[in-house]
Amino acid sequence: MSEPTEPLVEAPADAVAGEVVLRLTDVVKTFPGVRALDGVQLEVRAGEVHCLLGQNGAGKSTLIKVLAGVHKPDSGQVEWRGEPVSFANPQAAMRAGIATIYQELDLVEDLSVAENAFLGHEPKVAGFVRRGHMARRTRAILGRLGHAEIPPGRMVRALPAAGKQVVSMARALSHEARLIIMDEPSAVLAHDEVGNLFRIIRELTAQGIAVIYISHRMEEIREIGDRVTVLKDGRTTAANLPARDTPTKALVSRMTGRTIEYVFPDRPAVERATEELLVVDGLTREGEFQDVSLTVRPGEIVGIAGLVGSGRSELMETIYGARRPDAGTVRMNGRALRPGSVDAAVKAGMGMAPEERKSQALLLGEPIYRNVTLATFSRYARLGFTDIGKEKAEARRIADSLELRPREVLRAVRTLSGGNQQKVVVGRWLLGDTKLLLLDEPTRGVDVGARAELYQVIRDLATQGVGVLLVSSEVPEVLGLADRVLVMREGRMVREAPAGELDEDTVLDLVMAGSLMEGAPA
Amino acid sequence: MSEDAPTSTATSERSAGLPAQSPPVDPAVTHATAGKTAAPRLSWWSGDGGEGAKRNLGLIGVLVALVVIGIATRPDLYSDSSWVWGNFLTILKLASVVGVVTVGMTFVIIGGGIDLSVGAIIAIAGVWSTTVATQNFGAGGMIFTALVVGLSVGLINGLLISYGKLVPFIATLAMLVAARGLAAEISNKQTQVSDNDFINGIAANSLLGIPLLVYILAAVVIGGWVLLNRTTFGRRTVAVGGNPEAARLAGINVKRHTVLLYALSGLCCGIAAIMLTSQATSAQAAMANLYELDAIAAAIIGGTLLSGGRGTIVGSLLGVLIFSTITNLFAINGLSTEAQNMVKGGIIVAAVLIQQVQFGSLGKFLRRNRATTA
Repeated sequence: MSEPTEPLVEAPADAVAGEVVLRLTDVVKTFPGVRALDGVQLEVRAGEVHCLLGQNGAGKSTLIKVLAGVHKPDSGQVEWRGEPVSFANPQAAMRAGIATIYQELDLVEDLSVAENAFLGHEPKVAGFVRRGHMARRTRAILGRLGHAEIPPGRMVRALPAAGKQVVSMARALSHEARLIIMDEPSAVLAHDEVGNLFRIIRELTAQGIAVIYISHRMEEIREIGDRVTVLKDGRTTAANLPARDTPTKALVSRMTGRTIEYVFPDRPAVERATEELLVVDGLTREGEFQDVSLTVRPGEIVGIAGLVGSGRSELMETIYGARRPDAGTVRMNGRALRPGSVDAAVKAGMGMAPEERKSQALLLGEPIYRNVTLATFSRYARLGFTDIGKEKAEARRIADSLELRPREVLRAVRTLSGGNQQKVVVGRWLLGDTKLLLLDEPTRGVDVGARAELYQVIRDLATQGVGVLLVSSEVPEVLGLADRVLVMREGRMVREAPAGELDEDTVLDLVMAGSLMEGAPA
Repeated sequence: MSEDAPTSTATSERSAGLPAQSPPVDPAVTHATAGKTAAPRLSWWSGDGGEGAKRNLGLIGVLVALVVIGIATRPDLYSDSSWVWGNFLTILKLASVVGVVTVGMTFVIIGGGIDLSVGAIIAIAGVWSTTVATQNFGAGGMIFTALVVGLSVGLINGLLISYGKLVPFIATLAMLVAARGLAAEISNKQTQVSDNDFINGIAANSLLGIPLLVYILAAVVIGGWVLLNRTTFGRRTVAVGGNPEAARLAGINVKRHTVLLYALSGLCCGIAAIMLTSQATSAQAAMANLYELDAIAAAIIGGTLLSGGRGTIVGSLLGVLIFSTITNLFAINGLSTEAQNMVKGGIIVAAVLIQQVQFGSLGKFLRRNRATTA
């Protein structure tokens, strides 16, 4: 059983023989403030490994949840084995034969392997679990997966990560799943365990089971995948590409490239101060990024290009003091900042718009003005008493200058669209004396019109002398907005150049090169 | 604050702050969520916004209903106007000690925590302030001791939670056990009688016909309201409880603030310890038993979100008053405390259920509104 069943994988992608088991047509799913899925097409055949590619926020997770019965699509059609379906809940999807293995395996650690495999549908007689029967069936399933050595009675807690993954798959098979969705299954595995995972996947597909495989690692997709569908901004930008033969650049540009022409503000030809505002020297956090040095001058926009997992967000948070570095220094205006102290960074004039707007930046139930003044309300206060009138006036001024819609500063932030929420976060740092603004994916989940406005806001800030350090996985955004570009890959800076000297292809090559060689941690 | 109603959301207006070459904006896209809602108004008294004020009106409705039940069941008593006034003061007096504790508890819960040790802190502060040695220092020494002991124990709670990274539930549960143990140790399991006339007089005396205990409650409630709604401390409390990560990334010292919240709760317990000692003219290790449950229940009935980030002092006060009115209602009808506890339990469940229904329908309404305007 250790011999991989190669033939199916060897077949060219076009010749995937199986019938179409799953077909999604124009699936749309919206949440307050964001269109998570905006017309997704997907076709999966029996016995194939269908890879799903896309950046964070492209809609992969939402798509999985639609298939798993967690979310209901607003419009569009989901066809499962030839019939339109709408799953009322995850149990219904399970019963229909769609099993999902989430990245954080949803196993109960203190139950046995067999109990986990049959959780929720244990074989029963008059309310009593048929433990012997359950153990036998579990053993049979584990045998099918090529892991007969795992004892069904073993506690899941005692298994290594790879073993837990096998148990998740055993659970899928216990439901007679016809389609198994795997969300970044290799992320929790060591390198040599990935080969074993692939062997299991081949066993499954040989039995006619379809697999939707999600991963950021290009070489895995090359090895295990049959066809690839690429998502961007909730849309299918490419469907059913052959996994083996499609050039990496083509795939990545579908993931990150522009689907719409954005309007970038002109770079004004102003002289910049020669004094460095921010100097980062040899900053290191083990496992995240190594020996990063960079500078930002007043009035300059510096863009960092890099994929998810390149360490860019971690780097931003470390510069901001939200994470403590293992080595290296951060200096503002020549003064070294206390490591791991947001307070020190803010006092020195830094502000940050973090990657996850809702969970890291906003008090969603609080009014706009309180979110705008979150970092500055103490400055308006007298003897500890807040000056609400002044706060509202300042927030209104920011709302006007950023064209916040609506401009009613008493509204809860929850009711704003993604773009306007982002304006609130950026606007927070326009109050007070922010000298350096750190922007982590400032336009994620922001619609086209608001994007152009945000770009203008960022450029205006720079014109006023604020230094900006920008992270984006959208290469055109970095190239279009920044004065100087740094390319980050696997936790290291690999290139630095003025934006005018780089083009999209060059940056994409640099960004991707690493993941082709050894796979960036996702 | 009458200028609170910006009316124009037109996209064509450009403000002076931005240069004129800003890119064109597609109004259909960016205007989608503007909706057609009017600007919510913020009156000077509703620091927490309209939502909390509406909920508090509901609680007042419940209070009125309880009084109506009282009138219906005992019309004989309610026909006597002097009895009605006296009974009103009785209810307030009943609410005073738990009310003070609930104010502190409200801050802790809004800040994202919980304090199970309040009853135990009252016990240790009460016992410590009535030892023979402390009583020798007179009323000032006793009050000082109670306040400092309460504050210190709260401080320990906060330090364990902030810097020891203990879960609030565990840390304060441990304190509940330990503080009562220490109180029993100090008092040698005896009831310590207070010989101090000033202390004993707090509960016995009135000013302008209103018991002094009610003044203390009023002072703590007003102080708490101002602290929550008008100071940076209150703003930080809401931020820390509502989204600790966002608060931290905005430069707020979340750990230090958490310590201060538990210290505040401890201080409130110190005040409550003096009030309770005065009422009983004594203190013992078993005093203020299960006050944590009353305080948490009152805060939750008052609309404080157990996960933090939302709550009002007025709501918590109304929660306490509802409880003491129920107790009073059962007392004047001569019913057992057992039946009373069952009703209280039911009211806690009902209050939370009603809040969930309100929030569910609010969310649905917003989604529908968005769907029609998008």
